[in-house]
Amino acid sequence: MEYAVRVDVTLRHGIADPEGATIERALPALGFAGVHSVRTGKAFALVVEADSAEGAREVAGSLATRLLSNPVIEDAAVTVVGVA
Amino acid sequence: MSRVGVVVFPGSNCEHDVVQALGALGGRAELVWHAETDLSGFDAVVLPGGFAHGDYLRPGALARFSPVMGAVAAFARAGGPVLGICNGFQVLTEAGLLPGALQKNRGLTFLCEPTTLVVASTRSVLTRTAALGAELVVPINHFAGSYVCDDSTYLALVERDQVVLRYRDNPNGSRGDIAGIANEAGNVVGLMPHPERAFSALLGSADGRVLLEGFLASADDAAAARVDLVAAP
Amino acid sequence: MSDEALHRALGLTDDEYALVEGVLGRAPNHLELAMFAVMWSEHCSYKSSRLHLRRLPTSAPQVLVGPGENAGVIDAGDGVAIALRIESHNHPSAIEPYQGAATGVGGILRDVFTMGARPLAVMDPLFFGPPDDARARWLVEGVVAGISGYGNSVGVPTIGGELTFDEGYAQNPLVNVLCVGALPRERLVLGRASGVGNLAVLLGSRTGRDGIGGVSVLASAGFAGADGAASLDEEKRPSVQVGDPYEEKRLIEACLGLLDEGLVVGIQDLGGAGLTCAASETAARGGVGMDVDVTAVPLREAGMAPWEVMTSESQERMLAIVRPEDLDAVAALCRRWEVRSAVVGRVTAPVSDAAGRPVGWLRVREGFDGPVLAETPAAALADDAPLYDRPRARPGDFAARLADDPADEPAGDVAAELLASLVDPAWVYRQYDSQLFLNTVVGPGRDAALLRLAGPGLPESERGFALTTDSNPRWCAIDPRAGTALTLLEGIANLACVGATPAAVVNCLNFGNPEHPEVMWQLGEAVDGLAEACRATGLPVIGGNVSLYNESGGRDIDPTPVLGVLGLVERLVAPPPGWTWREGDTVVLVGPREARPAPFPLAGSLFARRRGRTGGRLPEFDERALAACRLVASEVALACAGRATPVAAVHDVGAGGLATTLAEMSAAAGVGLEWRDPRGHAELFTEAPGRFVVATRDPAALLARAASAGVEATVLGVAAGDRLALGETCDLAVGDLAERRASALPAALGL
Repeated sequence: MEYAVRVDVTLRHGIADPEGATIERALPALGFAGVHSVRTGKAFALVVEADSAEGAREVAGSLATRLLSNPVIEDAAVTVVGVA
Repeated sequence: MSRVGVVVFPGSNCEHDVVQALGALGGRAELVWHAETDLSGFDAVVLPGGFAHGDYLRPGALARFSPVMGAVAAFARAGGPVLGICNGFQVLTEAGLLPGALQKNRGLTFLCEPTTLVVASTRSVLTRTAALGAELVVPINHFAGSYVCDDSTYLALVERDQVVLRYRDNPNGSRGDIAGIANEAGNVVGLMPHPERAFSALLGSADGRVLLEGFLASADDAAAARVDLVAAP
Repeated sequence: MSDEALHRALGLTDDEYALVEGVLGRAPNHLELAMFAVMWSEHCSYKSSRLHLRRLPTSAPQVLVGPGENAGVIDAGDGVAIALRIESHNHPSAIEPYQGAATGVGGILRDVFTMGARPLAVMDPLFFGPPDDARARWLVEGVVAGISGYGNSVGVPTIGGELTFDEGYAQNPLVNVLCVGALPRERLVLGRASGVGNLAVLLGSRTGRDGIGGVSVLASAGFAGADGAASLDEEKRPSVQVGDPYEEKRLIEACLGLLDEGLVVGIQDLGGAGLTCAASETAARGGVGMDVDVTAVPLREAGMAPWEVMTSESQERMLAIVRPEDLDAVAALCRRWEVRSAVVGRVTAPVSDAAGRPVGWLRVREGFDGPVLAETPAAALADDAPLYDRPRARPGDFAARLADDPADEPAGDVAAELLASLVDPAWVYRQYDSQLFLNTVVGPGRDAALLRLAGPGLPESERGFALTTDSNPRWCAIDPRAGTALTLLEGIANLACVGATPAAVVNCLNFGNPEHPEVMWQLGEAVDGLAEACRATGLPVIGGNVSLYNESGGRDIDPTPVLGVLGLVERLVAPPPGWTWREGDTVVLVGPREARPAPFPLAGSLFARRRGRTGGRLPEFDERALAACRLVASEVALACAGRATPVAAVHDVGAGGLATTLAEMSAAAGVGLEWRDPRGHAELFTEAPGRFVVATRDPAALLARAASAGVEATVLGVAAGDRLALGETCDLAVGDLAERRASALPAALGL
């Protein structure tokens, strides 16, 4: 089976996020007064061959920690979106 | 004479500069393609600046999986002098050979400008011949040069004298004004500034020489040790 | 849509369509029509400007390759040749500033390494509207980030440029880019095909539907039925070209490697008009034909029609002409650099036409031996676009404009005027790697950039080269002929400040709509002004680019010819003096104190522009100023060679006039000056080029050298203290000058 998987990589809590902070500073001028705590990250869309959704999650999880994220500063969240 | 290997990843761009600067200071440096798995002929290794693998994903993230990196790790474990400059520093942190990570600059723009560095430790293969507290004008050239690490890592770096260079006027938001660090043994050093760009007054500063000369001396020591090993009965 | 409507929609006139029919002896099919439309476009054919460009002097003993190739090349001595090229990327940058600027850098690098030269440096003259609204800032920040993102990553330093803000560019920014490269003289290669049976190998990125803007109308022309491709849908609309500096970096290394190993007989980049352009130009230059298998082109998207493949402007691609026996070695070297290579064509013998002349035919086929989809003489595409002598008309108000001299403008607040002229572009150039290759002796932000003539694979040399880009739309809007000539003088003066003797010129002619007779008059005048100035200085024009249709809302931009001037320094072992004078230095104006015909002309100055005065009489192109340039260049060259000269600091008088030059030097040094007797505000703000502020510790020697060179020299005062005092009207703290200069640009950008 082929599973569509999404990996979201975000900066770990406590790590400075100058990009997010810059976006947040621009919000009031754009009329988004009620929005805060902006954090930036990256999203990856993958198609994973596996026997089960759980298997796809494991493969993507390993890829996420070994390559797609830097665990020193980033967290990775894996979501199996469905069958590709 | 010792031999310094300068690793070339696809996308590296400072490799010729490092070879030129080390050569001008009397060293012998040669390019090493990233597909190499054997560094046994070398007495020291440099990971130069540039954009290895385009810096896609994260700076250094793909380069750490290049075939040569296994040999670099083994070389470092054996105590060989390893220097990562700019992108090379990013690769060394991604590879786990140095702690912490390098993030986008505070101002979110690329910065190419001279900085003043303060020598914070002379207990490394790079800073061994510099004077503690000396100020060196060396340019930076990076987008992701803001050093980050957690509190315990930072405390350990300071306690073990692993912070080797600090910025006098922090240009990028680096934690503790860190410009360069070493591993605990002092044989693996990473720094964001480019000492090779400050090897001649013609280029605006010759302050990088003391760092490169220190590294060459470390390479010579490693070569001598190797000869001793070979010569030993 | 009928064929007639189709050719018009593609931008071909009825007469041009008839010409195509004449060339082919039949009606073109749709693929052929698409190929002619892109090759005969203004962008590729220079059909409106070529007649005028022929008036430029292009030869000199040092010229190895003049205009018409991918880049001009001169002999720099010591076995080293320098390749130089300038281009515009104005319209793409207006639409998507980051990618527009990035792909502009990528394109010009390919033009230079196509010649066998390693690109050594880039410069970027940029023109924007005032950065006081969000869109203007988006353009500035996007363009600068694009140049930085691409140039730094691809590994070519950006060593300077220009930054101009003016209302006229608000809707139509100009993004020009100049690239210089160097090569061992004997390795010079030309973009031509030769050797019947040789293979055309496409290197680099796969081909997608990028930048098929010019022929986008085909997507709605019911074109699909004609060539059998699947019906076109929304997905196939033309897209912005996206640059990949990492691909380009590997492509540079692979191509230079192929040239080092002698594995290619000719090479050409794929720029505007894509594969159609590269195939037809290489074949036409070589006097041969070429068969292209359109199905052999590696594609990024499925279902691309042949016209899309042949006109795509996907970036980071090169076409190499390779002997069949070298193909394996070429493929192996490309694999090492992870560069894709595919044989897409082969060189064919020319065929005699009815008159017995050999004609090389470009054939597009489906499969190497498959059906012919398009067939045309290669030279018809590359060289035979019609040349237009479009109507030119001097503006009706020209005489009145020259008579409207701003000499009668009151001085106003001189100190405020001076402060308003101080802008340090460091915010821009700090974002560029300006030092890679360890060649940069004088980097961005000074009069001219100065570099060692060195690089991987080049013969050893102690020589240096200098580069400047200059433009002055304020002058050219008044009088394009005189303004362009003065722009060249300004460039020569900039080079003199770093000790360089000028050797060659390239030009990027940014103008409005050529169908407006006044714009064509401006273009013709600018070309003549440049030609006259080049003849007066013995300089050849070795290349150029013309960007027309820079207009919006019916308003043309001011004529903006940008000149890139390359200079040489015989021996570069020490840095030149720079701007920084020291306490006690005597400050001397070197060059004519009074211009001609008026002594202190303000026409075209920033001073006049701020007052809305856009007329008056420009200064003459002054032989005395040229003599001053030669004197300064020779003195500074002594410093570069490590020898003694009385020149301790130097900066030429440019935008903002003498007051600005003095303020910039004071700010750089942190040391002031009192100049007691300027002759009014006009002397402070006139911008007549070819004058220099020189600081010296040996004024007697400096004045003696000036006298023996027949150059006027006027002592202004002695550098001292912490204030800049200019006569009775201006007295400012040096610290304030420095602070104002540093903060002006970030403040204007709202940072």
